[in-house]
Amino acid sequence: MGKNVLVIEDEPNIIEAISFILSRDGWSVATHSNGHDAVGVVQGAMPDLVILDVMLPGKTGYDILRELRSEDATQGLPVLMLTAKGQVKDREMAERAGASRFMTKPFSNAEVLDAVRELVAG
Amino acid sequence: MGTLNILVGVCLIYVVFLFLIAFAAERAALEGRGGWLRSPMIYTLSLSIYCTAWTFYGAVGYAARSGLEYLTIYIGPSLVMIGWWWLLRKLVRIGRSQRITSIADLISSRYGKSNLLAVGVTVLAVIGTTPYIALQLQSVTVSFDVFSSAYGGELTQAAQGSNALLVAAGLSLFTIVFGTRNLDVNERHHGVVMAVAVEAIVKLLALLAVGIFVVWGLAGGVGDTFARIDASEIGQWQMRGDRWATLIFLSGAAFLCLPRMFQVMVVENEDEDHLRTASWAFPAYLMVMSLFVVPIAVVGLDLLPPGSNPDFFVLTVPLATGNDALAMLSFLGGFSSATSMVIVAALALSTMVSNHIVMPIWLSMQTGGASVSGDVRHVVLLSRRISIAAVVFLGYLYFRLSGGGTALASIGLISFAGVAQFLPVLIGGIFWRGATRTGAFVGLTVGFLIWAYTLLLPSFGAGTLVSETMLTEGPLGLSWLRPQAFFGISGMDPLVHAVFWSILLNTMSFFIASLVGFPSPLERLQGAQFVNVFEHSSTPQSWAGSLAQTEDLMVMAQRIIGAREAQNLFEREAKRQGMSGLLPEPSPDFLQRLERELAGSVGAATAHAMIGQIVGGASVSVEDLMAVADETAQMMEYSSKLEAKSEEQARTARQLRQANEKLTLISEQKDSFLSQVSHELRTPMTSIRAFSEILRDSDRLTEDEKIKYSSIIHDEALRLTRLLDDLLDLSVLESGRVNLNMQSGKLRGILDHAVASALTGAGKDKMRVVRNTAAEEITLNTDLDRLSQVFINLIGNAQKYCDSPSPKLRIEVSQSSGTLVVDFIDNGSGIPKTEQAVIFEKFSRTGEQKVKGAGLGLAICREIMTRLDGAVEYLPGQGGAAFRVTLPGEVALAAQ
Repeated sequence: MGKNVLVIEDEPNIIEAISFILSRDGWSVATHSNGHDAVGVVQGAMPDLVILDVMLPGKTGYDILRELRSEDATQGLPVLMLTAKGQVKDREMAERAGASRFMTKPFSNAEVLDAVRELVAG
Repeated sequence: MGTLNILVGVCLIYVVFLFLIAFAAERAALEGRGGWLRSPMIYTLSLSIYCTAWTFYGAVGYAARSGLEYLTIYIGPSLVMIGWWWLLRKLVRIGRSQRITSIADLISSRYGKSNLLAVGVTVLAVIGTTPYIALQLQSVTVSFDVFSSAYGGELTQAAQGSNALLVAAGLSLFTIVFGTRNLDVNERHHGVVMAVAVEAIVKLLALLAVGIFVVWGLAGGVGDTFARIDASEIGQWQMRGDRWATLIFLSGAAFLCLPRMFQVMVVENEDEDHLRTASWAFPAYLMVMSLFVVPIAVVGLDLLPPGSNPDFFVLTVPLATGNDALAMLSFLGGFSSATSMVIVAALALSTMVSNHIVMPIWLSMQTGGASVSGDVRHVVLLSRRISIAAVVFLGYLYFRLSGGGTALASIGLISFAGVAQFLPVLIGGIFWRGATRTGAFVGLTVGFLIWAYTLLLPSFGAGTLVSETMLTEGPLGLSWLRPQAFFGISGMDPLVHAVFWSILLNTMSFFIASLVGFPSPLERLQGAQFVNVFEHSSTPQSWAGSLAQTEDLMVMAQRIIGAREAQNLFEREAKRQGMSGLLPEPSPDFLQRLERELAGSVGAATAHAMIGQIVGGASVSVEDLMAVADETAQMMEYSSKLEAKSEEQARTARQLRQANEKLTLISEQKDSFLSQVSHELRTPMTSIRAFSEILRDSDRLTEDEKIKYSSIIHDEALRLTRLLDDLLDLSVLESGRVNLNMQSGKLRGILDHAVASALTGAGKDKMRVVRNTAAEEITLNTDLDRLSQVFINLIGNAQKYCDSPSPKLRIEVSQSSGTLVVDFIDNGSGIPKTEQAVIFEKFSRTGEQKVKGAGLGLAICREIMTRLDGAVEYLPGQGGAAFRVTLPGEVALAAQ
């Protein structure tokens, strides 16, 4: 069982917070901060889990996720979606796009950690 | 010869007597003592003009020739009076409420005030009545002849002619004097009616006297009389059903349609209730009139030598038995019958001719309109008088030309059949709303053509107007068109044949043309008023005028109905409207009443045209149309209501849909805004929460880490505060509740301050600002703080987003055509065209966000500039990003 997590998020402070929490728990964390080439980065790195923001410059998290789900290699990849938009329709969109888990910002660090552990453990 | 002189003397005295009676009646009516003139009995007696010389003399002749058939002539009107009094009541009510002056007026008025129809009816009435007038003249001269021949003096043809002319002149004079003394708005002639009533009594008494003389003086009592009747040919008489039915119908129809009958029955009617009395009294009168007809005929046939004209038995029987006084009374009876008929017929016809032919022609020749030129009243009277003389003279002419050969009765019946053609149009008009002008016109035309072809023309005798071959073989050999055997149905009595076909085809074409065509609004309106006369005796006619026209109307009314009457009328109307002056408002109501008053003098169509000339809109207007919709044309109204309703519903639905769309849009915008606000708030909160949890939960943090994470929390908290401030600021600006703090200050100072504020804290990549301070020496009078806020925002944006390696901002100030312009142009890559349109919208950050901002800055700038009566806009094509701030000239000039 790998311990590689890729965080795709454009807010530097949030990247830093998530990196800190996961590193402390023994995960190796890679980050990426725009939507344009996010799919390529995921396919190149093939992490055990992706933490994906919705509002990204260049391409939305939903579009990135749909592309990942249409590829064989990343079809079953655990993806934890984070969004600052907490409405019901955002959750539905995330589910339709194929998110393994959906969390709204601001999140609790412990919850993120638990979610990451569960998703990777399968 | 002495008796003859006495006869002439008696006649003259009688005529003077009639003049006196008429005068007295006129006076009494004028002085208001004429209550007795308006008794139902007078009305009933005036109806007796139905009994003309034809009935007085001719009935006996008729009986002598055709037995009891003469009774049909009495049965028809009796049935109408008794059985159809409700129809008469309707006619009378219509006549009163619409101020109808004649049958032509009634028909024209009913069918949309069509003058063409009125002219048609008038012409036909004249054609139908002229032989009848001739007949009366003939009866007077022939009876005079009979008298004179009994006394040895055979009158020459010339003397007969001059007699007739004398009588015609006398009757014209009488009718002119009493028929056109003034233009009574009610068109009632008390003198004439009174004289006619007196004559009715005279002729009844005369016939009764002769009858009594014959039965008890000559035949020797009732029993003997019956024995004589049984012995005579009349006793063998067999009834012919078809002729009876036809004659009863014909006399009933004529009773309703004869112009003179219409005159006394409807126009001269004082009170609808008089019909109640007349409905039994008139049939009783007719019964008495017919009582001694057969005895006189039988005794006459017995007494007088074979070959004597039975038409004058009433006269010749007393003469032959030497009873001069009785003969003289009888002569007066015949004279009365003849004169009363001619007088009323001339009156009725002259009204029609004058109102429908002379006046419209005269009016059309008046270029300036009736209100401004000429004395209409004078013209109307003159035209009436001339018409009377013309009508009577026409009768005289006919008498002279026809030679007076035909049996009296046949002329009477031909005339009856002619006017009976009005019946379908008349009855249809007052009972059937669907009847149209075209229908009336077609029906009348067809009826009269057939009447003329089958009855009138052949009546002159084969070989005169109609050739022998035409009668036997039809025109051009078309046997089915033989005048007396249409469609090959021969063997019918010519009269029955003519009446049957003319009335049948008249009615059919009237109905069919009415059903096929579509009535005009005015026709529908009038139709409704006529058919439903009992529901509303007055209904809108829709004139609309202005007060200025009231005077014109007054002038016109004075000329037509007389100054005093007109003033009274106007004053009354003004009072009714609650006005203090003498002139009423020309309300549709008033105009309608005025039109009716005038119609009483000049006829409906002419009155309509005259008022139309003054008020305008003589043709059918929108108001007419509205009135029709208002009318009991319920179907129309109902459907138009439905239409209006559905239109209204559609409109409401459209409005609702629009409102809904707007609401949906607003709601979407609100949702989107809230979602964006939520996103903007949650982002810094996420950092704050995450790092505060890290600080709380981790005890192995280095000091540097602690400081770093605390600073992040601090910065993000500031970011949140800024966002909230911006939101509040925008909310205040957008709601318009912002208070501007107007101050004076130099533009240069404001820009200095803005540049300094915007670039505070900027590090090594500090942007270079290029200014032309000389151009900035302008004093402004505006909210300097708000303007400064805009400048700071624009400079700040340039600082944040300019992607040039050596960022530079040019601030250019210029003044042109009263506006102050401040441009901010950086040397970056600018804003893509697609995004230029949205940068001023809330939360519309562009491109990749290197720098964090809420995205409200430009939205706030736009709001501020709107409040300052200026604008801020993106200036394309400047290389880098460029924004232009404009301020109105007053702001700059005010303080200079």
